[in-house]
Amino acid sequence: MACFLVPAAEAVITTVAAKVIKSKEKEQTISVSMPDGTVAEVTKTPFSTKLGWLNKLLWGGSALLAFEHVWHGEVVPFFPFLTAVKNGETSEMLAEMGSAGVMMAVLVTAAWAGMLAVSALIEKRSLRETAPAKEEA
Amino acid sequence: MTLLTTVFAAFICTIIWYKNAPKSEMKVGILCWMFWGASLMWLVDAIFEYAELGAAYFTPAPVDMLNDLFLGLSVVALGLIIWLVILLIKDPKGVIKTALFKKKTQ
Repeated sequence: MACFLVPAAEAVITTVAAKVIKSKEKEQTISVSMPDGTVAEVTKTPFSTKLGWLNKLLWGGSALLAFEHVWHGEVVPFFPFLTAVKNGETSEMLAEMGSAGVMMAVLVTAAWAGMLAVSALIEKRSLRETAPAKEEA
Repeated sequence: MTLLTTVFAAFICTIIWYKNAPKSEMKVGILCWMFWGASLMWLVDAIFEYAELGAAYFTPAPVDMLNDLFLGLSVVALGLIIWLVILLIKDPKGVIKTALFKKKTQ
């Protein structure tokens, strides 16, 4: 009915949050060992960039789901834009947003959290590999 | 079918992105995020539908399947249009800029 509105609302919040965090962040340079065995100075991926991954997932997914809703006639290009509201099914629509919509937002955020965990592991492993390489040099 | 189409689109885009990484001249990453985001959201839709229909979810009527495939392909086409617009606006290779501004010959 209008489940995509929940991840879209989350996308608005995370986009604003990413912009605020980006303005306050400082560049962090670290040494890591590269696949060819050399040690290079690199910039650590800031949190605002990582939050940008969530933004892209949420905006992209919401946009394509909005299209699906237009396809099924659940979203129309004239007021009140949502067929459910026009047909007096607002409570059913809100219930669907509360179940499927919230689940969508939670699943996308969980997938992003998983990506953060994996990237943190990769960063830690690279730093651990760099320490002996630096000592040898 | 819409979920399957989007998941396959996401897989193909991710493979293309990985093959060309770390270069991102074509901004294929945008497509990856878009299709994976939509796939996750449609997965939730599929879970809710499965909870409602049970095993019948896996045996849709041919007409419904065809319509869903049509929708899936349209979604992929829309995703490609969004990507193309972003690519042309961001113009990472400077092609549009070069076409618009020609160097003055002395």
